[in-house]
Amino acid sequence: MFQLGPDHEEFRSLVRDFAVGEVEPHVHEWDRAHHFPTDLIPKMGELGLFGLVVPEEFGGSLEDSDGGAFTNLCIAIEELGRVDQSIGITLSAGVGLGINPILTYGTDEQKQTYLPDLVAGRTLAGFGLTEPDAGSDAGATRTKAELVGDEWVVNGAKAFITNSGTDITSVVAVTARTGTTSDGKAEISAIMVPSGTPGFEVAPAYDKLGWNISDTHGLAFSDCRVPAENLLGERGHGFKQFLKTLDDGRIAISALALGLITRMREEAAAYSQSRLAFGKPIAVNQGVSFQVADLAVMEETARLLTYKAAWLKDEQEAGRTSVAKVKQAASIAKLYTSEAAVSATRIATQIFGGNGFMEEYPVARFYRDAKILEIGEGTSEVQRMVIARGLGLPA
Amino acid sequence: MNIVVCVKYVPDAQSERGFDASDNTTDRENVDGLLSELDEYAVEEALKLVEAGEGEVTVLTIGPEQAADAVKKALQMGADKGVHVSDAAISGSDAPATSLVLAEAIRKIGGADLVLTGMASTDGSMSVVPAMLAERLGLPQVTFASELTVDGDTVTIRRDGDAASETITASLPALVSVTDQINEPRYPSFKGIMAAKKKPVERWSLADLGIDSSQVGLGAAWTKVEDVTKRPPRQQGTIVPDEGDGGARLAEFLASQKFI
Ligand SMILES: Cc1cc2nc3c(=O)[nH]c(=O)nc-3n(C[C@@H](O)[C@H](O)[C@H](O)COP(=O)(O)OP(=O)(O)OC[C@H]3O[C@@H](n4cnc5c(N)ncnc54)[C@H](O)[C@@H]3O)c2cc1C
Ligand SMILES: Cc1cc2nc3c(=O)[nH]c(=O)nc-3n(C[C@H](O)[C@H](O)[C@H](O)COP(=O)(O)OP(=O)(O)OC[C@H]3O[C@@H](n4cnc5c(N)ncnc54)[C@H](O)[C@@H]3O)c2cc1C
Repeated sequence: MFQLGPDHEEFRSLVRDFAVGEVEPHVHEWDRAHHFPTDLIPKMGELGLFGLVVPEEFGGSLEDSDGGAFTNLCIAIEELGRVDQSIGITLSAGVGLGINPILTYGTDEQKQTYLPDLVAGRTLAGFGLTEPDAGSDAGATRTKAELVGDEWVVNGAKAFITNSGTDITSVVAVTARTGTTSDGKAEISAIMVPSGTPGFEVAPAYDKLGWNISDTHGLAFSDCRVPAENLLGERGHGFKQFLKTLDDGRIAISALALGLITRMREEAAAYSQSRLAFGKPIAVNQGVSFQVADLAVMEETARLLTYKAAWLKDEQEAGRTSVAKVKQAASIAKLYTSEAAVSATRIATQIFGGNGFMEEYPVARFYRDAKILEIGEGTSEVQRMVIARGLGLPA
Repeated sequence: MNIVVCVKYVPDAQSERGFDASDNTTDRENVDGLLSELDEYAVEEALKLVEAGEGEVTVLTIGPEQAADAVKKALQMGADKGVHVSDAAISGSDAPATSLVLAEAIRKIGGADLVLTGMASTDGSMSVVPAMLAERLGLPQVTFASELTVDGDTVTIRRDGDAASETITASLPALVSVTDQINEPRYPSFKGIMAAKKKPVERWSLADLGIDSSQVGLGAAWTKVEDVTKRPPRQQGTIVPDEGDGGARLAEFLASQKFI
């Protein structure tokens, strides 16, 4: 019960070899240049990383996972995240926000059109929920889509959309108001807008604090026309559908944060034993070694919470537990692990002293990359809201 | 085309390697091992040949219990089946004995159109097993291939030397050793890992191959390692202040170390 099975561990060592061999040697340079490594994506596809939760008929390997597919995805995100957080989020968003909504809500035709290339890593897809004026309150969506003849005409803007502007982005699904419900509320649906559609403009990349290697753009739609069949899922269910995919995303972010904490523990333990001050390794001071001990506790706690949530998700897929249980576990894992990740980078950079402030050492990059973990896929406050509601409180 | 790839399980170069104090052979028990990286190129080349045509790739290893990991890795990359020869009597075998066991195993497999090996193991790195093996099997021996093509029943390779590149042709069946320039070995995929579990692996002992244990092992080795000394830790470099004669002193140093 308290350890992953041998298949999971074997898969972990595959992803670790890949991350250390194909990612680690380049991350410093990519991060400096804010370079999105398009060539790496098909390599991740060949490894099978985008297809872990996708059935064989679309090129995936869901059936091979023996009921542990989501756990495998978390392992892959953790191991990539241990080497670089941006590459980890590229996989996490590629599957969770790109592939998952199409797989879960798409028509057969939409699946056939998009999934094989997405699974192979030949293309990427994004999901645009957040807007300049609708983030935590995602229901406040202002983007509109109007059905004119047999076309949706989309107008509005999205903010901070991952994987939306790469050279290989094939499509972005966006939530939009498509009318008003009988009780006067906004009817929100999801519409798929292929890259390159006239009227769909991708703004230049953001100037970010971290995640420099990950692709994030604002999107603008002005009289952007797509065929009526580009509706994703049911009309009026766009928001609800999206909320459902969020639970998976939160567990995935937890796995990403776990990779970061693990790396901070490794870096801090090694550095504190080799760095000499006052003629001795700094680790002989309990003020230092106790902090490394704290990192190990954070790592262990994060690991248990993350893989318990992942296991529950796999159990839920098999019909053995409820969505509510997964939701609660996902928010608890995401909240703890992302906050621990920020603390872990603070501790590790402190142990590295002046070197911790230098980009020459990877802890500096992780320090910059950690903060977003407390914000994306629902802020820490939103997680507390979800958890409190799960306890029956009127949050 | 049926291909046998010889792969060796070697101590991980990343870990602390050492020798067995009792007989001065490489310590294979107390270190993590893996498929020799140089043999991954041979596996990759075999997979590419079979993928472009037809046939089967069999991986063959001689080694202790843990050497099964080397076979497994090759199966995860995509090889079809594995053969693992393991027998306590083989421990301490030299290159002639290793090649004898490999040759008998390949005969028992039923021969091959092509036998592929790495250019050297990453531990012993004598590079002689391929030549000895070709001799024992009576096959043309084509070594250090940096490019390989098969056309009908001939194999053509390019061997890069310091001064020239040679193009060499041999008739099949043949034995070819490949360099690390020939391709970029693939990572196994998730599907590959799962599929490997179902692939057949034969376990053979010396008796299965009809080899008498007196022909192999430390006792049968033609040479004996008398003594091993660990390389001393790297010395601190010497800094020579340039007082106008820096160039000459640099040349002197390089000459004394036989670099020039
Ligand atoms: C310190 C030390 C001293 C040694 N001294 C001697 C000595 O004096 N005389 C002597 O004859 N030997 C000696 N041995 C080497 C001997 O034990 C070799 O390890 C063994 O014979 C294989 O040779 P190699 O590793 O050099 O292989 P190489 O000839 O470098 O290997 C080339 C290729 O042959 C194949 N191959 C090699 N071994 C295997 C295997 N076990 N299973 C499957 N394929 C294989 C692989 O494809 C490999 O890429 C010594 C080894 C060491 C470490
Ligand atoms: C790099 C990056 C990538 C992203 N990728 C995507 C993507 O691919 N797709 C997508 O749709 N979105 C994406 N996002 C958007 C992200 O999900 C939002 O930024 C996040 O949900 C927060 O929304 P906001 O920025 O509007 O903050 P706001 O909602 O404005 O929140 C501001 C602050 O107020 C707090 N707050 C708000 N309401 C409450 C409340 N009721 N109680 C207590 N506190 C509250 C918040 O917790 C926060 O601290 C991405 C963001 C970034 C930075």
